[in-house]
Amino acid sequence: MRLVILDDYDKVSLWAAKYIRNRINEFNPGPEKFFVLGLPTGSTPLGTYKKLIEFYKSGALSFKYVKTFNMDEYVNLPRDHPESYHSFMWENLFKHIDIDPKNAHILDGNAEDVIKECQSFEDKIKEAGGVNLFVGGIGPDGHIAFNEPGSSLVSRTRVKTLAQDTILANARFFDNDLSQVPRQALTVGVGTVMDAEEVMILITGAHKSYALHKAIEGGVSHMWTVSAFQQHPRTIFICDEDATLELKVKTVKYFKGLMEIHNKLVEERVPT
Amino acid sequence: ANKIVQFHNCRILRNHRLIWDDLWVRNGIIQNPRLLFFEEKKGSDIKIDCKGKILSPGFIDLQINGGFEIDFSSNVENVEFGVQKVAKGLLQYGVTSFCPTIVTSPSHIYKAILAKIQPKKGSKNGAAILGVHLEGPFICHEKKGAHPEKFIRKLTGCDSVLEVYGDLTNVKIVTLAPELDNACEVIKMLSEKGIIVSLGHSVSNLEQAENAVNSGAKLITHLFNAMLPFHHRDPGIVGLLTSKKIDKQIYYGMISDGIHTNPAALRIAHRANPKGMILVTDAISAMGLEPGTYQLGQQHVTIDEKRAFVANTKTLAGSIATLPHCIRHFKKATLSSIEEALEAATLHPAECLGMENTIGTLNYGAQADFVLLTDDLQVYSTYIAGQLVYSNSQ
Repeated sequence: MRLVILDDYDKVSLWAAKYIRNRINEFNPGPEKFFVLGLPTGSTPLGTYKKLIEFYKSGALSFKYVKTFNMDEYVNLPRDHPESYHSFMWENLFKHIDIDPKNAHILDGNAEDVIKECQSFEDKIKEAGGVNLFVGGIGPDGHIAFNEPGSSLVSRTRVKTLAQDTILANARFFDNDLSQVPRQALTVGVGTVMDAEEVMILITGAHKSYALHKAIEGGVSHMWTVSAFQQHPRTIFICDEDATLELKVKTVKYFKGLMEIHNKLVEERVPT
Repeated sequence: ANKIVQFHNCRILRNHRLIWDDLWVRNGIIQNPRLLFFEEKKGSDIKIDCKGKILSPGFIDLQINGGFEIDFSSNVENVEFGVQKVAKGLLQYGVTSFCPTIVTSPSHIYKAILAKIQPKKGSKNGAAILGVHLEGPFICHEKKGAHPEKFIRKLTGCDSVLEVYGDLTNVKIVTLAPELDNACEVIKMLSEKGIIVSLGHSVSNLEQAENAVNSGAKLITHLFNAMLPFHHRDPGIVGLLTSKKIDKQIYYGMISDGIHTNPAALRIAHRANPKGMILVTDAISAMGLEPGTYQLGQQHVTIDEKRAFVANTKTLAGSIATLPHCIRHFKKATLSSIEEALEAATLHPAECLGMENTIGTLNYGAQADFVLLTDDLQVYSTYIAGQLVYSNSQ
């Protein structure tokens, strides 16, 4: 497990975007060989997406041969609703880059048969050859995607009822009207993300510091679902200083000592 | 023909704001790119770089008497040719649809002209014709303005309207004076036929005007002009702007050319009722001509940079304003935002006509009629149904 500690949110965004850029470019994707990227929504990855768009615009990165799978989507929220994750992905990433619409996959929360939709999502990931890099954020309660506390750590893509905390937190996006907030979501399972070749978790802000502590210093617990990635062979947590507030000094110092090595991962490679 | 065109690198006017976004068009209709992406799994086939320009809905002129030497009301023989010539000329001013306006005329003229000016879609041959604006003859003698007095008529009921105009199929707007006998009955009849009734050339008091609006009238013809001046005990038609006794948004046309309306009057109207402001040119045949002296109808008219005079006099012959000029002047005079200024020539007239889902807007599903503008609101190019119909970049 890697933990990369950077000064602030902007540096986290840049570092994460460079890491993703290098992973895609090193993979050298092509028409017969797509890079498969798992993607989150929410405020944490926004900065990373902005940087990825900049890389695309400067010619340093192309999404032509990238397939994406998003982590989750609300149930029964119109696709075109400004708070839908379809809208989020369109506004904040897809409309700015050269991805082929056929390769961008988001769970359909309005499917007639949501159970079938979840299964077919899993099947599509498999058909694509599995996820090369799954990027995620976490909630203050340590949830990854909509795998709320108490979710099974071997769960697959499924319908999930949101925790009351999540519903209350989401109310601000729905005119503070609780009755408008979706109660259910379709989400990849912890097991689905665990299957990825590599997992990258972004954590920023003091309000996530306890979750980061639980994620890397506590034991594996289904009450902090992100902690499951301690058992993933290739997980990289990227956080800012604020998010380390609940960590032991020893932990922070150890990982900061490794920064020189970690920074090599994001150096711009000159194509040979 | 089913190609998806993406206009990018532009600020588009949507939801009352200018935002950096792309406009997606297919088959002449503005598309929701999210649905194209997620449901049809389609991206754009063609990308057009708008070079950072402002992308506004096409302008709509509800009151225009002619231009380019053409006067709609006096060229009965060649009226189709005349209307088409103006329609084509208007493209350079970003106007994508308009209502050719006919001033008070004898009945046989209405019948002849109305049969010949049919609503028509816009194209590279000219802006769309939404229908005719009939200004008169049911107006008040005292406020006739430039209208020929001998043709002014009384309203003796719905039959008199049909008798004078003949077939109403091609009519979009009728300007009449609400204080005339039987006005409410006629307004109801016209409104039920989908014709917009506009109040003007009138000595109406406020109560009469309110009754007219509650009978169906929606618009005021060139506010302040050819009506009783505002009086605090009876504000007259002008009082409609702040009346609480009417059941809908009232719209009002204003000639914001810097000559026919004092900037202070523009500001008063706009502040009292910003959503109702509609910019009209009320332009005459001298509009669009180079400075010089012309024979227009029965008159010799001298045109300088901004004004048209009856030759050898200081009498204004009428407005020669273009709509983008009116928009620029309005913005400057009222210190309003670019968005507000543009909406007064796009969204508001469309709303007044009940066409705000198809024109005057860049919302999904609307017709792709739009104008690219520089930051100082000069027309750069004009598009109708997604097709380039005018460009000033030679």
